[in-house]
Amino acid sequence: MAQMTATLPERGTEETALITGSEAIAVACKLADVDVITAYPIRPYDTVMQYVAKLVANGEFDCEYIVAEGEHSQFEIVKHASACGARVFTGSSGVGWMYAMEALTVTPALRIPMIAMVGNRALDDPGAFGVEHNDALTVRDLGWMLVWVDTAQEALDTALIAYRVAEDRRIFLPCGISCDGAFLTHSQAMVKIPTQDQVNKFLPRYNRADLLLHPDNPITVAPQANEDWVMEIRRQNYAAMERVPGVIREAYADFERIFGRKYGNPFFEEYETADADVVIMGMGTLSMPTRVAIRKLRSEGKKVGMVRLRWFRPFPAEELAKCLSRFKAVGVLDRDFSFGSPYMSGVVATETRAALYTDTISKHPPVLNFIGGLGGREVTVPDVEKIAHELYEAAEGKKKPATQWIGLRE
Amino acid sequence: MAISPFVEIDATQKLDPFKGVKKIPLEEYFTSGHRTCQGCESALVMKMMVKAAGPRTIVLGSTGCMYVANTTYYSTSWVVPWMHTQLGSSGSAGLGAAAALKAQMRKGKMKKEPINVIAFCGDGGGADMGLGAISASLTHPDYNFLILLYDNESYANTDIQLSGSTPYGAHTTFSPPGKMKRIMHHRWKKNTAGMLAAGHPECKYVATVCMSYGLLGMNCIRKALEIGGPTFVHSLDPCPKGWDYDPYISHELGELAVTTGIWPLYEVENHTLRLLGKTKEIAEGRYVRQPVRDYLMKQGRFAHFTKDDIDYFQSKVDEMWQKWLIPGVIPMMKDVEGDKPPAE
Ligand SMILES: Cc1ncc(C[n+]2csc(CCOP(=O)(O)OP(=O)(O)O)c2C)c(N)n1
Ligand code: SF4
Ligand SMILES: [Mg+2]
Repeated sequence: MAQMTATLPERGTEETALITGSEAIAVACKLADVDVITAYPIRPYDTVMQYVAKLVANGEFDCEYIVAEGEHSQFEIVKHASACGARVFTGSSGVGWMYAMEALTVTPALRIPMIAMVGNRALDDPGAFGVEHNDALTVRDLGWMLVWVDTAQEALDTALIAYRVAEDRRIFLPCGISCDGAFLTHSQAMVKIPTQDQVNKFLPRYNRADLLLHPDNPITVAPQANEDWVMEIRRQNYAAMERVPGVIREAYADFERIFGRKYGNPFFEEYETADADVVIMGMGTLSMPTRVAIRKLRSEGKKVGMVRLRWFRPFPAEELAKCLSRFKAVGVLDRDFSFGSPYMSGVVATETRAALYTDTISKHPPVLNFIGGLGGREVTVPDVEKIAHELYEAAEGKKKPATQWIGLRE
Repeated sequence: MAISPFVEIDATQKLDPFKGVKKIPLEEYFTSGHRTCQGCESALVMKMMVKAAGPRTIVLGSTGCMYVANTTYYSTSWVVPWMHTQLGSSGSAGLGAAAALKAQMRKGKMKKEPINVIAFCGDGGGADMGLGAISASLTHPDYNFLILLYDNESYANTDIQLSGSTPYGAHTTFSPPGKMKRIMHHRWKKNTAGMLAAGHPECKYVATVCMSYGLLGMNCIRKALEIGGPTFVHSLDPCPKGWDYDPYISHELGELAVTTGIWPLYEVENHTLRLLGKTKEIAEGRYVRQPVRDYLMKQGRFAHFTKDDIDYFQSKVDEMWQKWLIPGVIPMMKDVEGDKPPAE
């Protein structure tokens, strides 16, 4: 059972607490004064709901905390609550997220700014508790904003940023915050807890405005449209998603001003890339062994860097392509699979290659794909060293397979 | 009913029963713009439902005829705020909307006022797919909302397929009478209202209605909204397209469903069961049940029935009236353990 370890600060003082990624998001929900939260048990995301429950039971957090009878209901309840003006939070993992799929489909279409935590988990079968990114990635075409975080601090901060971006009237789209199961959901780290005043300054109240479902605003939401209007309605979602990068930039700039924490480029983090020959790209906590390996490789004179993708939707194609074209080879480390995809590659590699195939970029480095860490298997420092070795060979013009599995038993 | 001190109850609207047809307000909140079939009783249920509830109401509607035919883009028939909900989500929709109002009013983010929340669903959406969500929502005593299940006895919108609420033997597009099998659909109709009443002891109000008895039906809806907490109303709605009859007899078929004893009218209010209208008269011996043949033979969906089929149908309805612990509500036989209470 999750034990509450953070004591929440008074309004005026920023405090530091040793908490997990899940607890960090629970604290963000409290600070954001979320109105309706729905829970359903599945590991590993459900620890966030245990922390929320404790906050509610202790009278520290005033919200409707509803335990649903399944994930489909879990997401449908908050979807309707959000349409009625409430700020909402929910989440899931693995097959739980898949069970909610119908609700996940309609939520962006209805322009509902729901924030959901995905405690990334392998899909059944066979049953496995460990992390894989396929769960969250299944909604990548539907209009969800998707962000992967790396630390508990980033989880807390990103949750606040997600509310700010999602609830912006120019956007009104849901956002999934992916936290690697166990590596982030259950690992404790020192986290700076912002003050209520800071949060209030950063995050305006959710205002559903002209879309509010209320007797004072008697609208009909989602009438049957068919071929004479569906394309125009889809196009509005397209336009909203197109506006997201600008709103994300504004939010991160304000975040830095108010909280004093810098994230640099909001869309991806670069580590030791300034002089790098080759880079390794991935999402989430894969960055941990990658950073360690890079330090080791650099002490041996190998100029390896890392690009950690934060925002997968919207995909920062142009910026990323510009960045990656600087290197002699790019290795994409996918903690997911996409059987039968082009070159049998993972999702991130496939999208990265697509991003690079543009006429604004003349230099296309080879993009090698490495599938690893499935089902929660650790990606080790030697695994990363092997990737670096493969990248150097590709950079020298050696023919390499497009997709390799790493850390796999022979 | 004892109420836990941890349950936080909000005020509901005062909705006294309409004392006669002439006292029903003229204002309509479900008006022109829909394109349901002529004689569609479910559309009548929608109209009466919001008339009974009044303007300070939010309505959430599951996929089905009452979505597709009522809310064509740019010609909605709803005067009150209305939102589509997924086929199996009426329970979650009612719960979510009610929770949003409660939280925002308590925290001062929204003006405090009792607002009716009604989530409706068809028999397919409610009694089949959404049963789990409805069941869960009826266990939440803190939230005020009504779930109304309009039962046209098929998945009508998708071209009349059988559901768990389709009567025995009915011809649907998934159960056509054929050369080898006259009766493709041999399941008996689910007892949804009885099951929900028996299974959810905290639910303060469950009723069955039929809008051929409109005043009674509207007053059940008003009571369900006023009493507070999650409540459930199940209406039986003749459907000319699905049941295959001339639209002008819709009203008559609704009456026959009740007078043949096939569709008992009752309410369970704070654990007290009351039979209503003609059903009460039948139970008290003041009215003789009509033969089911009069009801069945007016509908094309039973046109393939032989005398044996009609007899079987009649015997099942007789069984319900003569053997069920409570006719139409509790399908357990009275003579358990040789008529002695099992615990004796
Ligand atoms: C998840 C899902 N499955 C199937 C459908 C297709 N569908 C649309 S309307 C409908 C019929 C619903 O039947 P019912 O709830 O009885 O309402 P009615 O159409 O009879 O009014 C179905 C099956 C759907 N919309 N969603
Ligand atoms: S098919 Fe039946 S329920 Fe649907 S609109 Fe026609 S009459 Fe009404
Ligand atoms: Mg139906």
